Amino acid sequence: MTFSLASSPVQPAAVPAQSVSADAEPDIVVSRQVRPAPDRYRNALGKYKINRSADCVACGECARLCPQGVHVKPDGYTFTLRPLDHLCIGPDCAKTDHFCVAKCKQKALSLMRNPSVDAMGDPRWTADLILSTWHMAATGHVPSAGLEYRHGESGGGFDRMDFNFPAAPTKVDPAKVDTTLALNRRNDGRPQVNIDLPVYGGGMSFGSVSIHTIVAKARAATAWNTFTCTGEGGYPDRLKPYDEHVITQVATGLFGVREDTIQRVRIVEFKYAQGAKPGLGGHLLGDKNTPAVARMREAIAGNALFSPFPFHSVYSVEDHKKHLDWIKEVNSRALVSVKVSTPTDVDMVAVGSYYAGAHIIHLDGSYGGTGAAPDIAKKNIAMPIEYAIAKVHKFLVAEGIRDSVTLIVSGGLRTADDVMKSVALGADGVVIGTADMVALGCVRCALCESGRGCPRGIASTDPELMMLMSLEWATQRLINMLNAWRERMVEVMVRLGVPSVKDLRGRSDLLTYARAEDAL
Amino acid sequence: MSEKYHIKPVPTQGRFRHVGKYGSVDWREDCARCSNCVKPRCVFDTYRKEAAYNRDPQTSIVPLSECRACLSCVQGCTKGILAISINPEYLAMGDEYWKPDIMATTWNQADAGRVPVSGAGYRGRFHGFGFDSIWTDMSEIVRPTRDGIHGREYISTSVDIGPKPMRLSFSNDGKLLGEPSSLIDLPLPLILDVPAWQVGGQGLARVRLTTAAKLKTLAVARAADVTGAPAAEMPFLIPLVGGEGLGSIEKLLPQVRMVEFEDGAEVSALASQAKATNPKLVIAVRLPMQGAAAERILQLSQAGVKVFHLCADLHGCEVGVDKPRHIKDAMREIHGRLVKAGVRDTITLIVGGGIALPEHMAKAILCGADLVAVDTALLVALGCRVCRGVQDADHQEHCPAEAPKLESAYAVQRMVNLMAAWHSQLLEVLGAMGIREVRRLRGEVGRAIFKEDVEREAFGDLLSR
Repeated sequence: MTFSLASSPVQPAAVPAQSVSADAEPDIVVSRQVRPAPDRYRNALGKYKINRSADCVACGECARLCPQGVHVKPDGYTFTLRPLDHLCIGPDCAKTDHFCVAKCKQKALSLMRNPSVDAMGDPRWTADLILSTWHMAATGHVPSAGLEYRHGESGGGFDRMDFNFPAAPTKVDPAKVDTTLALNRRNDGRPQVNIDLPVYGGGMSFGSVSIHTIVAKARAATAWNTFTCTGEGGYPDRLKPYDEHVITQVATGLFGVREDTIQRVRIVEFKYAQGAKPGLGGHLLGDKNTPAVARMREAIAGNALFSPFPFHSVYSVEDHKKHLDWIKEVNSRALVSVKVSTPTDVDMVAVGSYYAGAHIIHLDGSYGGTGAAPDIAKKNIAMPIEYAIAKVHKFLVAEGIRDSVTLIVSGGLRTADDVMKSVALGADGVVIGTADMVALGCVRCALCESGRGCPRGIASTDPELMMLMSLEWATQRLINMLNAWRERMVEVMVRLGVPSVKDLRGRSDLLTYARAEDAL
Repeated sequence: MSEKYHIKPVPTQGRFRHVGKYGSVDWREDCARCSNCVKPRCVFDTYRKEAAYNRDPQTSIVPLSECRACLSCVQGCTKGILAISINPEYLAMGDEYWKPDIMATTWNQADAGRVPVSGAGYRGRFHGFGFDSIWTDMSEIVRPTRDGIHGREYISTSVDIGPKPMRLSFSNDGKLLGEPSSLIDLPLPLILDVPAWQVGGQGLARVRLTTAAKLKTLAVARAADVTGAPAAEMPFLIPLVGGEGLGSIEKLLPQVRMVEFEDGAEVSALASQAKATNPKLVIAVRLPMQGAAAERILQLSQAGVKVFHLCADLHGCEVGVDKPRHIKDAMREIHGRLVKAGVRDTITLIVGGGIALPEHMAKAILCGADLVAVDTALLVALGCRVCRGVQDADHQEHCPAEAPKLESAYAVQRMVNLMAAWHSQLLEVLGAMGIREVRRLRGEVGRAIFKEDVEREAFGDLLSR
């Protein structure tokens, strides 16, 4: 029995019911309705701990007082249950008239910071960001107090950027804010593909993450009429019902790429490089190449699988165009996305991709990534996405082709605020990866690659570990997080006075940036 | 094509215990002794491994050396009485430059020589001091060679030390005019330098020399610290000579390939004397790192010295100036001055101090150095925590690395392992840039992304508000 959300009933999201556009008829209907999806562990983690000493006489006053539902004393129970301290908003509560520690006549309650929070997170994904993402995934809404859910503390990029909100309230009606995004701007006779959020899921291959993770991402993408991506591990049969919301990735190793997998989808992504390890190839360790993975990749189980860098058949933009033409020939309705990393000349790369025929240019910045990568690459190689967005947007505008191509960005976007900042800097939409993982319970312990894989059962194909998480739960967590993100995006756009994501694009005048000096 | 350079690491577990980042806080009085305990179920078996060690009964946080804070135990405990927190001993290591994370990753690399790999993206600050405000470039479609990665492609990490005349001159009858150039070809762009503070005496210098011989690079040491070293290792020694003159190294001169003089008024005269004993000798002058060093380099260069070793402080900053800058800025200035003077290609610049991570090596070279000198990082490989407490005799016994008592073979292998990992990581950086040899990386600022520049370019309009 769980009470974790009993006293904070979740209202259905105030978003339109799932709208299936004419060009997207999913084989399976997944509701985007928010439903409670509490933490799957016995003890949900929170920022604070409430200790109840033996002086407690179980009077139940705390349970009556706490609007967060920290204290629970069900009818007929003699004792109050162990506090659900993950719901506690902390010292801020002391300013209210329902602060349990002050109100307890027995002085049996005490409040402290949860020591485990110190062991969580890092400057990019702070403990607050992880915990608030868990809150959003559990409830479908942003946390009301006590957690900083908008930015991290990395001291640069999005974390030093803020919105230039006008002082006076704007006239934008929240109900009419448009968060949809059209992905085909080339006018080349290929079908339009509209998504309901300017967000879709990044490629994570079968082998690097569990089948539950993959299918949950596809189901959440279906619910929100957006996309998920196969990554380079082939196209599992269990994804087939979600074809309309899946992007097939063609990467350098060509693992599991077949004519059939290219033909069944609406978007095909060509992966040149990835932000986590720009300029380096992929490497699936032998341990993770289980028989099921090996079958999918048409390889031998137990062998490490290398995905080389770069495409050995591409030496120039002309060669690149040849590849895109090949995909377009194989699938006459597909849009083609080109995923590249962020070198110094990222602007030229983007223009080259446009002229080679790409519908979507996907820039993957250097601080992102979900799988294993050399630490030296993650930190040092290629520029962070914030810089690349601004550079590329300005360059495409100057070239006069900005409105003929969709610019999608990824690599270290953690929050709805990051999405809005990216769009204001010049992106059309974003791709997320780590945020999905965190919603599923990732604590970013960084052990995705070692031994049996993820100890929390998300990025693991180990038969025991992957059963730590059910498909239904995982799906709901992702749906809830996207709902919370959409709510926050709407709030930001209303406050900025911008009625749609399209209108926000490139409005860097709505941002401020506080430069930080580095001192030892 | 010459034989591919490869450093063979041999797993060598540290004699010291790694200071783990995390520890558990355990309210044991509430433990129900249930049969569902999370500790034996730890995926990494951390608790069982830890049980082999004695704990300090006073401590509130029990260090868990191998814990990675997946928090599965915290969240799974029946009574919710477990917590994982940061080990205070971990945070106490090093200083503001030599951060605990640098110690931890260096120890891991010295254990087995492997490239550190982890998941879930980058975890650090957006940018930081010195080298942390540079990113290196990558190429979407270029690799150094099209043989694929993972061992099959050939990227050269060789550098040359020594005078590099721009052209050869011949007499009318075809004879070479002047001395033939004697270059020292190192297979990796680093030499092993003396630590920034006094550690351990003779033993450590001998270890450094043996390591250099194994790596086929060079080690700087005072002659007195390497007495009795085998003759076979002498070609890998750079004797360091201070104001005392050549007396201490006179016997060594015919055996060594390079000698380093601390800068001083006598340096040109000493260089000539040494050259008289061994004409093939490469002469280097050791200078404190300062932007103003460019003048001195130009001056000495005219007097025939072509190799300079610039020594920054422990944090990679200039020495002896009011507002010390980091190598990143000072090196670029010096390199630029020498380029402008038209002599850069004739000179070898070695920069040391503050080279803590393999990316520092690549970035120092990008800023204009030919190669780097590694010092403190080698100590860290042996377990040093940069407490610098060994300066006083009383503290020596507490040196966690037991630097004065190290067994040579063990210490050499740890250093070799660390350098193997650094070498592999340099290949990763060069490979991603599509650069075939590290010589081409020198001063190649067009392939680096400097924070100040990219910020101005990308956010100029935001910053002006």
